[in-house]
Amino acid sequence: MSDELERILRQASRPQRPAPDPRLRVPPLVKGGLPLDGGPTLSLETDVKPAASPAAGSVPKPHFPASKPVELSAAVSSPPTPAARPSQVQPADATAYLLRTVGLYKSYRKGSIVIPVLMGVELTVREGEFLAIVGQSGSGKSTLLHLLGTLDAPDRGEVHFQGHRIDNLPAPSRDILRNRHIGMIFQFYHLLPELNALENVLVPLMIANGVWTFFSRRKQLRNRAAEVLQSVGLGHRLKHKPRELSGGEMQRAAIARALVAQPELLLADEPTGNLDKRTGQEIIALLRNLNQRQGLTIVMVTHDQYIAGQADRVVRLVEGRIEQ
Amino acid sequence: MYKLLLCWRYLRTRYIALASIVSVMLGVATLIVVNAVMAGFRREMEDRIHGVLADLSLESRSLNGMPDADWHMEQIRKVAGDQIEAMTPTVVVPGMMFFFCRGNWITREVIVIGIDADTQADVSALAQYLNHPDNRRKLSFDLREGGYDLRDHQAGPEAPLRPQMAEAGWQHRRRTAAARALEERLMRMERQLQSGYSAPNHADHQAPLPRTGAVEDNWGEAPQPAERQVHYVAPSSSATEPDFANLGLAATPPTQDPFASRSNHDAQQGTTFDPASQQHTGAIVGIGLISYRDAEGMDQFLCLPGDDVKLVIPNVAMPPQAISDEFTIVDLYESKMSEYDAKFVFVPIRRLQELRGMIDPTTGVGMVNSIQIKLKAGADPAQVRDKLRAAFSPMLYHASTWRDKQNALLAAVQVETAILNVLLFLIIAVAGFGILAIFFMIVVEKTRDIGVLKALGAPAGGVMGIFLSYGLLLGLVGSGVGLVLGLVLVKYINQIADFLGWLTGRPVFDPQVYYFYKIPAIVNPWTVSWIVAGAIVIAVTASVLPAWRAARLHPVEALRYE
Repeated sequence: MSDELERILRQASRPQRPAPDPRLRVPPLVKGGLPLDGGPTLSLETDVKPAASPAAGSVPKPHFPASKPVELSAAVSSPPTPAARPSQVQPADATAYLLRTVGLYKSYRKGSIVIPVLMGVELTVREGEFLAIVGQSGSGKSTLLHLLGTLDAPDRGEVHFQGHRIDNLPAPSRDILRNRHIGMIFQFYHLLPELNALENVLVPLMIANGVWTFFSRRKQLRNRAAEVLQSVGLGHRLKHKPRELSGGEMQRAAIARALVAQPELLLADEPTGNLDKRTGQEIIALLRNLNQRQGLTIVMVTHDQYIAGQADRVVRLVEGRIEQ
Repeated sequence: MYKLLLCWRYLRTRYIALASIVSVMLGVATLIVVNAVMAGFRREMEDRIHGVLADLSLESRSLNGMPDADWHMEQIRKVAGDQIEAMTPTVVVPGMMFFFCRGNWITREVIVIGIDADTQADVSALAQYLNHPDNRRKLSFDLREGGYDLRDHQAGPEAPLRPQMAEAGWQHRRRTAAARALEERLMRMERQLQSGYSAPNHADHQAPLPRTGAVEDNWGEAPQPAERQVHYVAPSSSATEPDFANLGLAATPPTQDPFASRSNHDAQQGTTFDPASQQHTGAIVGIGLISYRDAEGMDQFLCLPGDDVKLVIPNVAMPPQAISDEFTIVDLYESKMSEYDAKFVFVPIRRLQELRGMIDPTTGVGMVNSIQIKLKAGADPAQVRDKLRAAFSPMLYHASTWRDKQNALLAAVQVETAILNVLLFLIIAVAGFGILAIFFMIVVEKTRDIGVLKALGAPAGGVMGIFLSYGLLLGLVGSGVGLVLGLVLVKYINQIADFLGWLTGRPVFDPQVYYFYKIPAIVNPWTVSWIVAGAIVIAVTASVLPAWRAARLHPVEALRYE
């Protein structure tokens, strides 16, 4: 899957390249491939690369920074292209971060009035971190989460995921990104009411696979979905429709759905907002567990201080900016 | 995959979608039924037209015809002999027919067609429209003793009875003759009483009253009427004159015939005519000429096979003169084409030629004004027609196919079908707009789910695909059910028509109007597949707009949607 991410990210950056023949410009992100051209992206990859940290070792699948060939350094010596984007200049002291924002601005229009929501959000999420973002309602927490999950595009600023800029990707690439690399859960669970728990969990896999691939791998994928449901404690409720599940069960199913494609990042939008304290606590415990056992990076938005307190790190969103 | 799963689930859980399925279904079913019935009507009509008319005919422009039929047929064979199966000469003349019914003379405008009884059957299916079963096997202009069909043989057992036909034939003729003889005698007695003669003195009136044989005897005595005339009329000739004229009309005795040719004919035959044992030249008349259909769908006959009619036709002289002769109805002709059934009178061609003076006295060869041609199977009538047109000067001859002759009618039916199809497809289009509206509702209802799918990485095309496949599924299910419904309706269309007629108290399919007892219906698989395909295309087209809207929904807006 990392290969694919690389591919789509490459696609995204291709239009910005001045070179006439894109085939010769294939960036040397291909495993073991010889760099033909040090594109603008590549000259910066080295900053990101050392990420193959032992902390990420517990993540069940390889991240592409780890697989990046060392020869990449050769690319650095290639002549820089004039189209090199300034945004890709990153601080040299950046450690193994998974997600990073640079000066995010977002505002909404209501008629002729422009309401600024985010005003220069700078946020870095390390791999394997459990980060909580707290803020009052209307402070733009959800908006920030949507920007991180590429559901929305910022007015200004950048979002970087595993070292690649993702906020300006074309729609199909962002779809693949959301489908396979970023999982999301919501306050109102947002399960599809027509489908049972198992089918809801299968949806991301169905989206990822065509009809024929899905049919040919049906058993395997079903098992995978059932396994994930089992791991969130819903193994006995596979065939239940969402309306037959309790709030906590629905959120568990939503988590299973978010995790079934084995994403690197989980974005949680008020995951406990609609649950009573005890159930909410169970959900947080589950997230905590996932974070510790599987090294899943979690960014959670909440207004509940107590819930936020259980994260590794808490940042505060005040007046459109992050307060550490 | 999620597209199929979701649209299948939507189909099963959104009952509002049933409304669009029902509208598509009704549209498809109606189209199938209407097309089947129209095709049935057209086929029926074409069959009838073709059954009556030969494949091809070569007609002379002049009513007086072409001199030598055999020579013409030879020429036709030279032109297109390899494609010709059989030919028969005919003479077609407009004329008038008179018949007597319940004290009145009834006049009809007719087309008198002289046919050759031996070869006509080779060329057209005329015989199969005749009433008497033996005539259907072998056409004959001799009156049959009886045995005429009591039911329309083409309609099957559900056709209503025609009880009057039971007595048609010789028995009817004898009875009529007896009744007329009796009437005649009573009139005579009355006249005798009026004029002061004592009736019993006359030998004639000592004979026992109406026994058929006796009456025959009376009629057989040819000189008697003349004798009597002189005898009775002489004393008060002026007073009895009009009375006599009436009598003559009522009984049609040979001498009182207002048409001169009658007596000539008798003179030629050299015998005196006895209506109880003899017939005039046979004529096959269209059923519409002598019958009407009442409100119950029963045929009521004004006269029957066995009755005499008078035909008046123009002869070949210039200026033409009206020639009249008496014929005996020997059979009825029922093609179900009211235009023909109420117009055609078939008589033997030779007799018609004689009457009109179409026979060359030196050679005995008769003129004809039309040659009917039957083509071999697979031959193209239009092509042969064109060959004939090239060979025979169009100034003198007119070659036409059976289709040409009824072109206006057939084209009208075709146009009618086309217009109906357009209108009914508009019904399906209305169903399409229903789908459009319902889909917009479903898209609004599913806004959040669409947002979720997008958040899970479903591409815009995939979301669009959900609704497009939903539309396709609706179209498939709707037209599938409609197809079945339509076929069932077509199968039981007559029962349904009867039921509706019973329900409303008015016959839906009035046999008085249509001349069929059953609604003809033909299901053409090709038409049906076009209808189904059209309905599906309309359903999918209607779902494009809502699907596009769903695809364009912004995920954040959609997720925020409450």
